[in-house]
Amino acid sequence: MTEQLKMDEVQPRLLDETGQGAITRPMDRPEGALKVSGRATYAAEYKAANMAYGVMVRAAITRGSYTVDEASVKDMEGFLGVWTDHMIRNSAQGTMNTNPVQPGLNIQYFGQPIAVVAAETFEQARHIAHALRIDYTSEEGFEVDPETASQVDESVPVDQGDLDRAMADAAFTVDATYTTKPHNSAPMEPHASLAEWDGERLTLHGSYQMLKYNRNELADSLGMDAANVRILSPYVGGGFGSKLGIAPEAIGAAVAAKALKRPVRCVLARQQVFQMVVRRTETRQRLRLAADADGRLTGVGHDNWQSNLPDEQFAEPVTAATHFLYGGENRRNAQSVARLNRMASGSVRAPGEAVGMLALENAMDELAEATGIDPIELRIRNIPEIHPESGKQYSSRSLAQCLKEGAEAFGWQDRQAPKARREGEWFVGMGVASAARTNILMESKARVTLNPDGTALVETDMTDIGTGTYAILCQIAAEMLGLDPSKVTVMLGDTDLPPASGSGGSWGAASSGSSVFLGAKAIRARLAERLGCAPEALRLQDGVATGGNNRRPLAELMDGPLVEEGHIQPGSKSDEMAQASYGAHFAEVAVNSVTGEVRVRRTLSCMAAGRILNEKTAASQVHGGMVWGIGSALHEGVEHDHRTGHVVNDDLAEYHIPVHLDAPRHDVLFIEERDDHANPVQAKGIGELGISGAGAAVTNAIYNACGVRVRDYPATPDKIFPHL
Amino acid sequence: MKITLSVNGEGRSLDVDPRTSLLDALRDHLDLTGSKKGCDHGQCGACTALVNGRRINSCLTLAVMHEGDEITTIEGLGEPGALSPLQKAFVRHDGYQCGYCTPGQIVSAKGMIAEFSNGWPSHVSEDLEAVPDFSEAEIKERMSGNLCRCSAYPGICAAIRDAAPDEGLGEREAAE
Repeated sequence: MTEQLKMDEVQPRLLDETGQGAITRPMDRPEGALKVSGRATYAAEYKAANMAYGVMVRAAITRGSYTVDEASVKDMEGFLGVWTDHMIRNSAQGTMNTNPVQPGLNIQYFGQPIAVVAAETFEQARHIAHALRIDYTSEEGFEVDPETASQVDESVPVDQGDLDRAMADAAFTVDATYTTKPHNSAPMEPHASLAEWDGERLTLHGSYQMLKYNRNELADSLGMDAANVRILSPYVGGGFGSKLGIAPEAIGAAVAAKALKRPVRCVLARQQVFQMVVRRTETRQRLRLAADADGRLTGVGHDNWQSNLPDEQFAEPVTAATHFLYGGENRRNAQSVARLNRMASGSVRAPGEAVGMLALENAMDELAEATGIDPIELRIRNIPEIHPESGKQYSSRSLAQCLKEGAEAFGWQDRQAPKARREGEWFVGMGVASAARTNILMESKARVTLNPDGTALVETDMTDIGTGTYAILCQIAAEMLGLDPSKVTVMLGDTDLPPASGSGGSWGAASSGSSVFLGAKAIRARLAERLGCAPEALRLQDGVATGGNNRRPLAELMDGPLVEEGHIQPGSKSDEMAQASYGAHFAEVAVNSVTGEVRVRRTLSCMAAGRILNEKTAASQVHGGMVWGIGSALHEGVEHDHRTGHVVNDDLAEYHIPVHLDAPRHDVLFIEERDDHANPVQAKGIGELGISGAGAAVTNAIYNACGVRVRDYPATPDKIFPHL
Repeated sequence: MKITLSVNGEGRSLDVDPRTSLLDALRDHLDLTGSKKGCDHGQCGACTALVNGRRINSCLTLAVMHEGDEITTIEGLGEPGALSPLQKAFVRHDGYQCGYCTPGQIVSAKGMIAEFSNGWPSHVSEDLEAVPDFSEAEIKERMSGNLCRCSAYPGICAAIRDAAPDEGLGEREAAE
């Protein structure tokens, strides 16, 4: 049986009634022992009998056509073949569900995957891939500079009232331009696939975030029926958007394996992860804020310029939070996407907010200074009653509380004027930024089995990319079925299991969690029936059912396993209400008065995201978000060669992600909240909330410390010390 | 080329291509996939193993250079049901998320504690001659070769501090 729910109505807070005590508590991850002992198996760690090794080959020109010269390598030791069939230009975009662009023997950017070679061993395959002669026919006229691109797609999604007039009439204005460099997700596990064919059926051990889509993308790319594709991703070594869509190595492995009639494993080199998957676009953003004498916004303008390859539908939703975070009746957003011959742009953790809120929250800091109003008071004063564009009501929104309680805990009252606090060579200052991330519910299914011995099984093709899915699905099932979490097993990452929402867009926990909730709720109804009580009167705790005047252990109520499927679908609540998670980030930094070096000393995030399903894994998500915020504020930026567009800093030594010493103390506070409009577990997304705005708290702190406003990210010392 | 390694206390003979890194020998030839390949260039630390007690990036050294060496990998530190103090502390403090850098962090921490105990100074040590303080700054500096993109750094540091006394912190090796 299937328990279906379309989220059209507010649902009762059943998880507050159940009383098992499994939900919310900071439980250790059930898969922890496997991870810390090296026994959790990631995609490249499966072995098949008679397996061959595949290595991808990338284009070394920017635009043109090519042929591969098989004769140049066919006598090399271990050579098994080289193929160019079905190559995808770049990874599929998240939830694309179809094949990405397949350009045949045409090259559209430097680094594009153009062939796969296979050999008996990895060392042989790598050597052959380097030795393979490619005959290129270069074409002129390619473009790699976003500022001079000839093809630019322009749109004005929001044009409300008269922003120019509002700016002209305002008591205070900010009109500033901010720039951010491209970012790479850089998950620690490179993209990896092991492809095995059994006749027309393909099994792929891969590292993917959204299996039900990835299965269709892979099948479509290969021109086969998706029913014949099975993908397994029980452990994923980080994704951050880069594993949302099927990636080049899956195609390479599948093509080579089919031709060779033997299993092939193909793993991207770290440099290939930087060059042929997706990057986050660079952005240029113009922020215009108009405010009255009290600092109340009368106008908000947020225009952005970005770039992508031709024929990519994705555009970074830079203004995602700008639409609803603050009021102001005159509003305008314009977007320009330059079409370039550089690697594809796609989703990287918190697409939109991660860079859009750097600019928005910097501009609010600039407005606070212009008006002389405390940055926290200014933000609270501009929290709108209703959505300033759509007029919708908001669901739970604890932004003001996050700002106030965060400020109190952080010691915001000790903040001084810019350049006022000095410790030896160091200027010290504090910054704040709001956090906001749109909340989304996606269709998701899960099967829940309760056994008479008091154990339970949860099965879904949902993934755990480090987000804590194993833990929170276990806790939801345990809470609903009245079991100790140690009695619940969670099976994930296999397309043979009921299709889930996948991990992305911060919707995974609430969507897949709702499906588990519904499956378990159906089991509760059957237990209530057997006990002879109404479902509302049933109490399940530690394997014992109580209801009406009866009290019986599960084993006595059941003659076999109870199996139910839960199925959640988004409904009218998604359209009726403006739903988002909110928070406030705080940072204290020291800026060296001689070198301009920035050291982040301590940070704090106060977050409100509906029901927190596991306080430990949720806090870890927020830690990660803050450190990513620090990375985008101070370190990270992909550099494209000005001549060819290729990624110059294509490894972890040249693309600087934060290391231990860059990560300061970070306190995380959660506001107790339920979002009744979001889903039946009243939880909202938190995986991307942590990065949204975090970097702006750091750059605002830099200004407060030393009086230098860096609008060109990242805020490296060369952009600071000349102005000290 | 034929070589013999002592891996987690067990003699293992294997026949490897001279180009095979120690990491690939462990993962592909000995099926010890706990050591991870994150960059294959010594830039991320996910492949950290102990060779004769010292931590190294196993992707940056060739297997054939280690004839007779004693190699310790994450599998040698503990297993589910019999985890080492560091491994248990990583679970308790959520010193991981996706888990891919985790074996490298733990093996690196094990090696780092030994370096510390033997009085090795670091870039952040105030006094190169004195016994350094097992402080947050020292731990972070010495662990900065192990990247974690999930950024579980707060939990990792807390786990290391918590487990260090049970992992031999302060016990000097007899001879260097």
